[in-house]
Amino acid sequence: MAGAIVVIFLIIVAVLAPVLTKWFGHPIDEYHIDQIDPTFSTPIGKFGGISREFLFGVEPTSGRDVFSRILYGAQTSLSVAFLSALLSTFLGTIFGLAAGFLGGWVDAVISRVMDFLLAFPQLLFAIALVSVLPDSFLFFGDRWSRVFVLVGVIGFFGWPYIGRIVRGQTLSLREREFVEASRSMGARSGRILFKELLPNLAAPILVYATLIIPTNILTEAALSFLGVGIPPPNPSWGGMLSDAVTFYSIDPMYMIIPGGMIFITVLAFNLFGDGLRDALDPKAR
Amino acid sequence: MLAYLIRRLFNAVITLLVVTAVTFGIFFLVPKATGSDPALLYIGKTSDAASVEGIRIKMGLNDPIVVQYGKFLKGLVAGRDYANGPDVQHCPAPCLGYSFKTDQEVTPLLMGDLPVTLSLALGAAVLWLIIGISTGVISALRRGTILDRSVMGAALAGVSLPIYFTGLLTSAIFVYWLGWLPQGNYVPFTENPGEWFVQLLLPWITLAFLFAATYARLTRANMLETLGEDYVRTARAKGLRERTVIGKHALRSGLTPIVTIFGLDLGALLGGAVLTETVFNLRGLGYQALTAIRGNDLPIILGVTLIAATFIVLANLVVDLVYGFIDPRVRLA
Repeated sequence: MAGAIVVIFLIIVAVLAPVLTKWFGHPIDEYHIDQIDPTFSTPIGKFGGISREFLFGVEPTSGRDVFSRILYGAQTSLSVAFLSALLSTFLGTIFGLAAGFLGGWVDAVISRVMDFLLAFPQLLFAIALVSVLPDSFLFFGDRWSRVFVLVGVIGFFGWPYIGRIVRGQTLSLREREFVEASRSMGARSGRILFKELLPNLAAPILVYATLIIPTNILTEAALSFLGVGIPPPNPSWGGMLSDAVTFYSIDPMYMIIPGGMIFITVLAFNLFGDGLRDALDPKAR
Repeated sequence: MLAYLIRRLFNAVITLLVVTAVTFGIFFLVPKATGSDPALLYIGKTSDAASVEGIRIKMGLNDPIVVQYGKFLKGLVAGRDYANGPDVQHCPAPCLGYSFKTDQEVTPLLMGDLPVTLSLALGAAVLWLIIGISTGVISALRRGTILDRSVMGAALAGVSLPIYFTGLLTSAIFVYWLGWLPQGNYVPFTENPGEWFVQLLLPWITLAFLFAATYARLTRANMLETLGEDYVRTARAKGLRERTVIGKHALRSGLTPIVTIFGLDLGALLGGAVLTETVFNLRGLGYQALTAIRGNDLPIILGVTLIAATFIVLANLVVDLVYGFIDPRVRLA
């Protein structure tokens, strides 16, 4: 429950980021050199320059408003996590259903591909893939192009987790009486798939889709931390942590705020997912 | 058993071939699709036309991609020569390639990084197994108590914390604030075992904490499930001591899923703990991979990917074999 509330709060905050920064913060790219100690490049104020003016303090060196950058970071982080979870769920459901329902060589091929993807040095590959893909394409700026690249890469590597579960569930559901009844009444495969099997799969799919969101948040932040995620000067939590590496011994606040945000968000989603699982599948409690 | 082993080995080799082929494909086809010159990528952007042409001939970049892949595989088993007329560079087997950017062979370079990653991964693994499993078992036995709740609360927090945050946090506290531990500089075990231990202590603890959290949760769930089984009740009913019931009957089947996860986690870590190595500035395989990716040094990237995949595939293989020993039900299969 607490998880759900925090999750909803975070989503609202991310959506309202432009409004909230206008009211309580400063534009994300506005420099405030007057807040920075020229000899150490750290914020003048205590605790990373936290004040009524700058709610989460200012960035070392540039003096940009950390509060605004955290809010916009939430936007990127959550959209990457949601969209890639959606992609994984979509692919996982289709392939899992196909493997479990059709069986035979289709199952053999899909299962083999899933095993193969799970046995892959994923993070390494994501880094490599993201770094060879173009920075911007079509009419999107570099921020949203990179968001789509990240969604593609993270979503693609995530589908076997969902796929395995859907396949397993489909295998056991396929043999149940109500499916047999439907088939003996002359229902086509399409009807059995979408009217009989899919509704019964909805609960586990929803639970696991929720549970891969926190993993995706961590992966996006990791990629940005390593410098292959959201390109600066666009704000991202992982990117801020990576900047904080230079300053954490003298300005720990600049590390604690984005790190704490990642922690709270991931924890909230984990709690939410666990709660959802307990509610929808009492056996797993 | 032998036939099974052979089949599994064969599958493992196939998987590795596919991994290298895919990696190869990505790094050779994507530059082509985006219009950049692989030879230029190999040598760096500042070089003159003649040396770029030299690289092109040496690497055989004019050959079709299948031929290039074939040459790479041949290098792995038999070594290969990079030749441009009289200018020949020999790379003995197992040749993972030659980095023209840094002018060194990939195999010895990566072998030099391996001990760092190995020390990090194995040390952390010992810690997280001990901590994770013992807290998980205790938590399951004391279900519902304050101890159980606080341990599981800590574990849930641990699962939600990324290493690139906890790593910075623990360094800030133990290195800069309290000054208890040194500021990470890897020392080889053969040089000074004591220093090796002290330097790796913080990375080990930080990394192990995150994994221990997952293992504690998993162990607790599995233990609770097996403790409810009929055979555990039977064991208790026939008057066995509680220690035997837990240790010999419940724990054994409760731990089988842990073996699977452990194999996969360790395999993945051995291939380069990119994040941990970056945070603690350890020059291991993961750090090397990241440096290579940033510098577009394709032969090194390909080499690390192959080594990482080999570890994962090997770990899978070992897990399946070990499984047969601890769980008689899956034997033969």
